[in-house]
Amino acid sequence: MPHKDVMHGSRAVAEAVRLCDVKVVAAYPITPQTHIVEDIAEMVANGELKAEYIMVESEHSAMSACIGASATGARVFTATASQGLALMHEVLWIASGMRLPIVMVNANRALSAPINIWNDQSDSIAERDSGWVQIYVETNQEALDSVIQAYRIAEHKDVLLPVMVCMDGFVLTHTVEPVEVPDEEQVKQYLPELHLPHVLDPEQPVTMGSLGDPNYYMEFRKQQELAMENALRVAKQADEEFKEIFGRGYGLVEGYNLENAEIVLVTMGSLAGTIKETLDALGDEKVGLLRIRLFRPFPKEEVRKALAQAKVINVIEKDVSIGFGEGALMTELKSVLYGTDAKILGTVAGLGGRDITMTHIREAIERAKRALRGESVEEVAWAGLKEEAL
Amino acid sequence: MKVNIAACITEPGSSERNKTGGWRVFRPVINNERCIDCGSCWIFCPDASIIREENGEYKVNLDFCKGCGICANECPSEAIEMVLEEK
Repeated sequence: MPHKDVMHGSRAVAEAVRLCDVKVVAAYPITPQTHIVEDIAEMVANGELKAEYIMVESEHSAMSACIGASATGARVFTATASQGLALMHEVLWIASGMRLPIVMVNANRALSAPINIWNDQSDSIAERDSGWVQIYVETNQEALDSVIQAYRIAEHKDVLLPVMVCMDGFVLTHTVEPVEVPDEEQVKQYLPELHLPHVLDPEQPVTMGSLGDPNYYMEFRKQQELAMENALRVAKQADEEFKEIFGRGYGLVEGYNLENAEIVLVTMGSLAGTIKETLDALGDEKVGLLRIRLFRPFPKEEVRKALAQAKVINVIEKDVSIGFGEGALMTELKSVLYGTDAKILGTVAGLGGRDITMTHIREAIERAKRALRGESVEEVAWAGLKEEAL
Repeated sequence: MKVNIAACITEPGSSERNKTGGWRVFRPVINNERCIDCGSCWIFCPDASIIREENGEYKVNLDFCKGCGICANECPSEAIEMVLEEK
């Protein structure tokens, strides 16, 4: 039976891993991901999860062990954050290039230097082009549900790509929320047993991750691109079927108060909660929110449709492309909306765990309103920046 | 040719079909009259491209020989000469 409990986001992820009957977990602890792997270790030690738990000496090894285990056809899981994800960088490309349906949770945290353990999304956005599907969640419930959906997407025969579920470190991982833990049998029904087209098996030897010379390398990359295109359809289906069984669905993007909105704030992850609160308090039907849940593959059509009426867009994001003067999501929205009349503004916010308050959101809305009136405004603003400290 | 996803090779030994001799600049030419049948070239060839025939003579599998010259270098009786490949 499904049951409701209050729990940290980390616990919600561990519950999802247990429900998905993961066979191999290889992980290295790092703040703020630590509780996830600790909880899973406890589940394995208690016999609640019958899995091989591999202690490794680094995140590079964690992902490498996941690749090996996944290649044998086992369902595998790992979790990391920040420097750990950065250390995995080269192996992330191997996981996706080898088309292994590994699921990983990234507890979003800022990158060094200066050393900082707090939340922003620079770490996973820096891995944007690594061939992983990326989902950004808003709540602990969505974190749990998205891990289950992630296996469904990753393991689909038309996809076979690894999936990264990104959840804001501390904001979600260390925050207690009510979470419904689904019924085990229903999860089994939703998530069929894993069957890969090729596995490491001494009875039927294969070579995996072989040489792709200039004659064929491009074709392998194109196959990945096509799989990503399929992932759009599969992720949508996976979410719809999830909703039918469990009563909760999230979409690839989520619109809030969008119907008559001329000003739309765009964001990813838990910040959507703060924005919804601000919009509710504001009570202005002309101001709405679009939350991007699926960042890779990027749901271009859904975004264009959702923003068709928007006149001014303000992208509030916890990352910045240093040297380009704006965040990656803003750049991508400009690309997706190229040729439309929408004015696109950006707000860099919350880097290194700086609080993003309702005041910052109201400021972002005000700037968009001034732009709508035809006034000249800053294209990109840094929310709450201490100018005097520069 | 269709390729499996992830460059997965499902047929063992199929790398033999990928002929790599085209990388060669110099070709080993064996003078079997000088050869003392010590087998050094056969042992040292990193690509298993030296073939010893039943009559004790040696020849080179040019489909895979990359012309590294190790055989010529190791030959104690100077029976192998590296000759520039010309069209």
